[in-house]
Amino acid sequence: MKKIDIAVVDYGMGNLRSVSKALEHVAPTKTVLVTSNPDEIAKANRVVFPGQGAMPDCMREVDARGLREAVLYATENKPFLGICIGLQMLFEHSEEGDSAGLGLFKGNVKRFSVADMKDSNGEKLKVPHMGWNQVYQTHHNATKPSQAHALWKDIDDGARFYYVHSYYVQPDDALLTSGFSEYPNRFTSAIARNNLFAVQFHPEKSASAGLQMLSNFVNWMP
Amino acid sequence: MLAKRIIPCLDVTDGRVVKGINFLELRDAGDPVEIAKRYDDQGADELTFLDITASSDNRGLILHIIEQVASQVFIPLTVGGGVREVEDVRRLLNAGADKVSINTTAVLNPQMVADAASRFGSQCIVVAIDAKKVDNQAFEWEVFTHGGRKATGLDAVKWAEYMASLGAGELLITSMDRDGTKIGFNNPLNRAISDAVDVPIIASGGVGNLQHLVDGVKEGGADAVLAASIFHYGEYTVKQAKQYMAQHGIEVRL
Repeated sequence: MKKIDIAVVDYGMGNLRSVSKALEHVAPTKTVLVTSNPDEIAKANRVVFPGQGAMPDCMREVDARGLREAVLYATENKPFLGICIGLQMLFEHSEEGDSAGLGLFKGNVKRFSVADMKDSNGEKLKVPHMGWNQVYQTHHNATKPSQAHALWKDIDDGARFYYVHSYYVQPDDALLTSGFSEYPNRFTSAIARNNLFAVQFHPEKSASAGLQMLSNFVNWMP
Repeated sequence: MLAKRIIPCLDVTDGRVVKGINFLELRDAGDPVEIAKRYDDQGADELTFLDITASSDNRGLILHIIEQVASQVFIPLTVGGGVREVEDVRRLLNAGADKVSINTTAVLNPQMVADAASRFGSQCIVVAIDAKKVDNQAFEWEVFTHGGRKATGLDAVKWAEYMASLGAGELLITSMDRDGTKIGFNNPLNRAISDAVDVPIIASGGVGNLQHLVDGVKEGGADAVLAASIFHYGEYTVKQAKQYMAQHGIEVRL
């Protein structure tokens, strides 16, 4: 089997082309492989776990392809980047379809409650939360508490990233949070632990800030 | 806070970008990839491509364009025009589209919207609604299909609610009375739909100056504003549009 620098986990849900194109753009010399083969995921140096659609369907497809073990192994052992549902699936439970996640982290995935959401002009806030929102970085690098996480390198605090989602994660452990946004209340939009980083927004669709984050991931040595 | 989006729209036919007046009289506006890159550089929040190619022989050309744009431009891309079945959605997504816009087929076969949303997720299903003011006691705006040529008898506001309930993640509302006129969006229409649904709406049709974009958000309740000619012919850059909106108290990505 040839060397795989970055495996993009494909479990048959949605479009992974954007993710792989953006990775190829920031790392033209690396091998980027979109794969649903657990052996290839196990062998890859880095793993990207994207996701679109509904979490119950995503979980079902991950299991149908026998990917659970390979994904969980990667979360503990190599640079790992979760995106969107790929963040949500790391938690215990989602309100979406009352479904169980991979359970790596304690906490729930909750739906935005459109009924009580208004902006500062009194306008109803729509769900899905769709578009560009500011992401505020929290600095809790375990070994160097004063420093931002390596994936925030050269990205302004409060930079805008592109979102499209109706559910957000609520980790039990507040220290997991590495970034948050407001809609209208504060919600966790990035988490970090050891070799794992996961985001609710789409770096592959977030113009220069997003490409910077993907570039940081490709060069990350946790 | 979430920014209001500015979306340049590129009407594509036979591989070129064109702009029409009231759905007629097409004028050439340039190469799609070049235009897409220029808008990305100016800070466009998304791009929408509408394939208005008449002949089915040339429909495949849009896939090639999307592939090229998607490998160079890293912002969301929406593609619409001639989307008839779930398989068309899959092809466009695989070519690099992030969202697919469905118009005529949604009216002919609403189940297709539900099927596409359940297969690919609501986040990538946009329903485009072309509406026109009508003299009618029952409702104010009627849905039209086939590029604005066919009346449907459907109330645009009720139709919008129905499409959102079937799984449309976003609605693109084009006022046919305003399209190409440069007299501004149809804000009462947009406001009626925005208040009726929970999903984001994109206002389209009629932008002639930057104040129209501000009005579209403030009066029409639009979550995103779409425009073509004011950007294609260099009257304004996307950046100028955003600066103007910011000066008028609208949250934008600068």
